[in-house]
Amino acid sequence: MRRSTLIATVLVASCAPPASRGWECIAPANAGGGWDLTCRTAGQVLYELGEAPGLVRTTNMPGAGGGVAYAHTVAQRNGDTEVLVAASPSTTLRLAQGQYGRLTEDDVRWVGAVGAEYGVLAVAADAPWRTLDDVIAAWRDDPGSLVVSGGSAVAGQDHMKVLLLAHRAGIDPRKIRYVPFDGGGEAMTALLGGFVHVFSGEASEVEGQLAAGRMRVLTVLAPERLGGRLAGVPTAHESGLDVDWVTWRGFYVPGEIGDESYGRWVEVMRRLGASPEWEKARVTNRLEEFFLVGDEFTEFVRAQVEDFREMSREIGLIP
Amino acid sequence: MDALTHLMGGFAVALRPLNLGLAFGGVFVGTFVGMLPGIGPINAIAILIPVIFATGLPPEGALILLAGIYYGSQYGNSISTILLNVPGTASAVVTALDGHAMTRQGRAGPALAMSAIASFVGGTASVFGLVLLAPVLAKWAIRFGPAEYFALMVFAFSALSSLAGGSLVRGLAATAMGLFLATVGLDPNSAIPRFTFGQIKLLDGMDFVVVTIGLFAVSEVLQLLEDTEAGREVQAKVGRVMVSARELTSTGWTMARGSVLGFFVGVLPGAGGTIASFLAYTTEQRVVDREGTFGSGDIRGVAAPESANNAAATGAMIPLLTLGVPGSGTTAVLLGALLGLGVTPGPLLIQEEPDLFWGLAASMYVGNVFLLLLNLPLVGLFVRALTAPRWLLIPGVAALSFVAVYAVNQSPFDLVLMTGFGVVGYAMRKLRFPLAPVILGLVLGPLMEKNLRRSMALSGGEWGILFDSPVALTLWGMAAASLVIPPLLARRTPLPPEADLSEVD
Repeated sequence: MRRSTLIATVLVASCAPPASRGWECIAPANAGGGWDLTCRTAGQVLYELGEAPGLVRTTNMPGAGGGVAYAHTVAQRNGDTEVLVAASPSTTLRLAQGQYGRLTEDDVRWVGAVGAEYGVLAVAADAPWRTLDDVIAAWRDDPGSLVVSGGSAVAGQDHMKVLLLAHRAGIDPRKIRYVPFDGGGEAMTALLGGFVHVFSGEASEVEGQLAAGRMRVLTVLAPERLGGRLAGVPTAHESGLDVDWVTWRGFYVPGEIGDESYGRWVEVMRRLGASPEWEKARVTNRLEEFFLVGDEFTEFVRAQVEDFREMSREIGLIP
Repeated sequence: MDALTHLMGGFAVALRPLNLGLAFGGVFVGTFVGMLPGIGPINAIAILIPVIFATGLPPEGALILLAGIYYGSQYGNSISTILLNVPGTASAVVTALDGHAMTRQGRAGPALAMSAIASFVGGTASVFGLVLLAPVLAKWAIRFGPAEYFALMVFAFSALSSLAGGSLVRGLAATAMGLFLATVGLDPNSAIPRFTFGQIKLLDGMDFVVVTIGLFAVSEVLQLLEDTEAGREVQAKVGRVMVSARELTSTGWTMARGSVLGFFVGVLPGAGGTIASFLAYTTEQRVVDREGTFGSGDIRGVAAPESANNAAATGAMIPLLTLGVPGSGTTAVLLGALLGLGVTPGPLLIQEEPDLFWGLAASMYVGNVFLLLLNLPLVGLFVRALTAPRWLLIPGVAALSFVAVYAVNQSPFDLVLMTGFGVVGYAMRKLRFPLAPVILGLVLGPLMEKNLRRSMALSGGEWGILFDSPVALTLWGMAAASLVIPPLLARRTPLPPEADLSEVD
């Protein structure tokens, strides 16, 4: 064991980057997911803009829903001024539910969000529910009568969307039935196969089925109606329920890099967000405009974590 | 035949010089990437995606390149599996059973050639399946709900006795070990940690690559060391390089069955190559293995899983393109690339982007041809790697294992875990426990658990849901048949002597 610890130490030491090996973006998941794309796209644009000193390396650090990368950033990279870590509401949700151990949202510094997707609720095209109000009414009659599918685990993002809606409508969220699947695709397949009644997911996920006329989107969880194919779909606010689900894509940096370095990152993000190159990349990746940096973003994250914490407590997930 | 006209159009796309070059390049890169398990196609594709976006390749060209890498790597992986007993993907584990046994008998050449030919046959047959059945299958696939998946898993497990190599009790024990390992990590439904002992590194469970390489490759290294120490003759014969005409004809039906089975399993959203290759192997064993030679270097044991997993890879394009459901990690990355290229997976994709869909189908075929042309001549070269002296080969396999496992998560903890599994694997070999059922349990366990729990969540705890649909009932019937029929058949044909079976490792 001592030998292996030694080997392990040597390996870790040889992997910690020495000063200025260029910028690095940590994607806390495997290649191909949302965080990975965030890193690779933003990294590419930062390089094209000449902001980064060279190509931006993307490091995939999967584990514990981002927990491994979070712990790594706090424990081993705390003063590293050249590393960015990709984040999303999945990060804040897990922070709120205490899934990153003792670490909190104040252990890192939040740089900015550069794009977002919005949540949707959909049903099969031939389903009897035509509006969000129909679903709420069915829930009021019998909360157990509808089964919802989503691509995230219990208490994950897709589940929280429906819980928030039910909660705001005055329905006991604990009575809502939710079945988790591996990703939005599988959850939608279960809807189309008639195994569940309602699908909770993201706007981009439903596009293909919507075009084929197989699904109907009941509501978008956005402050205003979205464009394109979803233009005719009302927001939850129009049904009197103040629920937004912003799947923002953004970044945090280590907590101890100092105000000067943090300020530099904020400026970099500001210029990224203002550039036509990013605009183009954002549209390619089907992200809506959503831009917050610096203090504003930090406030947003804190409020979100607080919101999620309250909701998770409400449904008995955390004490 | 409307689809046939489209396919012709597809070939026109695939045979454009640029696309031919991309298919060749993809297959070539894929073969070499696939030989390094762990690094694998996922990373290669993920690294290439931004490059592709930046170069502005048209979507069909980009997909052709990425699909080429995917196919090439599947074949490349079978090279390290057969020669060194280092399977890097779950679907290659079954190939290791007979493939590596053949290597030990000095028949590595025919095993590799067979693998290339079977992959080609599987690929070819499934492209025809795609052409003829894609629209119908897309509808059929969504009828597969959690209960049906659960029944499918039961069917897969019922075939376990085939993998047990003689002793059912040992086979069951090994499966139980796999199932137990599968429960380590976050609970798939509620994300609550199980058996992690507060170790953050265990939250994601036992990585398949870590366990497989530990059990297979590291224990192989230990075995080689023991053989060398004991002065035992360690195989270094190279022998024939090509398959003989007899071997080829003897595997004809095996490849046909493997291709059909693999294709249909591949079409099921989220199922993929692993289930296909396990099922093809065990089915084939039931159907043709009268002499009990499966597991001890039977070439049909290579042909079945290799044709099935290639056919499944093609079949998996249907749920990927029409439902947006990836069947494996690699297709998940492909999906990300598709979205980035502005292609929306959906039922209309086949009609709206015929160039893309049929061009891809045709280029998969072209890719398979390239794979065969590229790899058959190289078999001799690969096989020669085995003639490397002991002092080079043993550390070589060990180094490959460590690099492969480190590449997965860049985690030193995984290396310790892998070494531990290596020791366990060595002990299991000594005690004549089969290794493949561990992997079967580890890979299928979570799928089985998730689908059972989903079924229960759907029905509100009613077990009846598991037997509710004709599809599920059929699968249950097949599972029962595969348990009952072999013993009945065995009563009629005399069993081979016990000694033969115990040679299985």
